[in-house]
Amino acid sequence: MDYGIAGTALATGLLFGFVLEQAGFGSPCKLTAQFRLTDWSVFKVMFTAIIVAAIGILLLQVNNTFGSQGFYVAETYLWGTVTGGMLIGAGFAIGGYCPGTSVVGLGSGRVDGLVFMLGMVIGIGTFASVYDTSLIQSLVTGARVSARTVPELLGVSPWLIVAAMILTAIAGFALGRVLERRSHGVYSAEDITEGRDVERFDAPGHDLGRDLGREAATARRQDAP
Amino acid sequence: MSCQVRPLWPPFIAGIVLGLVLLLTFILVGNGMGSSGAFARVATEVGLQVAPEATRENAYLGGMAQGNPLAAWIVLAAVGTFIGAILASISSGRFKVKVDRGSGRIGVGTRLALALGGGLLAGFGSRLAAGCTSGVGLSNTAMLGVAGFVFLIAFFVVGLLVSLFMRRVW
Repeated sequence: MDYGIAGTALATGLLFGFVLEQAGFGSPCKLTAQFRLTDWSVFKVMFTAIIVAAIGILLLQVNNTFGSQGFYVAETYLWGTVTGGMLIGAGFAIGGYCPGTSVVGLGSGRVDGLVFMLGMVIGIGTFASVYDTSLIQSLVTGARVSARTVPELLGVSPWLIVAAMILTAIAGFALGRVLERRSHGVYSAEDITEGRDVERFDAPGHDLGRDLGREAATARRQDAP
Repeated sequence: MSCQVRPLWPPFIAGIVLGLVLLLTFILVGNGMGSSGAFARVATEVGLQVAPEATRENAYLGGMAQGNPLAAWIVLAAVGTFIGAILASISSGRFKVKVDRGSGRIGVGTRLALALGGGLLAGFGSRLAAGCTSGVGLSNTAMLGVAGFVFLIAFFVVGLLVSLFMRRVW
């Protein structure tokens, strides 16, 4: 591997990890709060990033910066993608991370991030040991989708898909705002660093506690810059 | 190290910057960012140390076992991700060595067992999907790929469902 490739890999990885940590994505508590629908940061950050990158990629293609082929889009094997996405979703809810964020978790001092990484290595070893079986082969090679991209699949302009994603993002931001206000609110930097428990107050039968929790959440929101 | 904990970036701002970083990765490298591929290479390296013959003959790991499995773009990107997270957390006073137990309702042993089990599922799943939240969910979706959208729907639906059984943990 030449130094140029090594350098860009390190540099882009570094920026990636830096931004994810600044978003609070080293915290398994904040990450899994997306699935409890109490902190919508994961949806907001991911959707915004995808839309920004998608627009940039489309503009580069319009100007034909990389030739008419654009970037390489891998083929979709439907069952592999669905079952893989399901397992990563389950692993995320149980273990608190996905592969990239476990690295960010370790980078912010979390030992459980390292243990998650160890689990991944074991999981990949397990996959390799059953790779030859007919079940795995049918998952990873079956149900190949003829089109590589959604605009190609639907026969529409890519900009229409981007517009639909922007509308979905706006709806998600609005819904997230409502649900975040109903619960303890967004985890702040202090919450994820000190492990301050805000959700305990939401436990059933703790009316006083819940009110205190709401007050605390409101105070934090007001403190936010 | 400063004791002052700095606030997180607002999600919208973090999202815009993350999108620009992703775009930069496409421009400089020609493909998007990935994470789980690095662990496939670590698994290959571990396999070569523990059982070299079986690893070289394995249908899945064999290809990565030619030469040094760790000398790959994606491994360095993961190392970069780690360094970037350290720089961000230390510079903002958020670096703290701990086992993150969330609200503290579960013990250290339980938390680590859950992290190991979750990692196992995610590792296995990442090979089925040929990528993870970074490589498929972010990068493929940014190219409007079919796989990215399918992945994100499966990921969110199952995450929401499994999360219902994890309420006591966080």
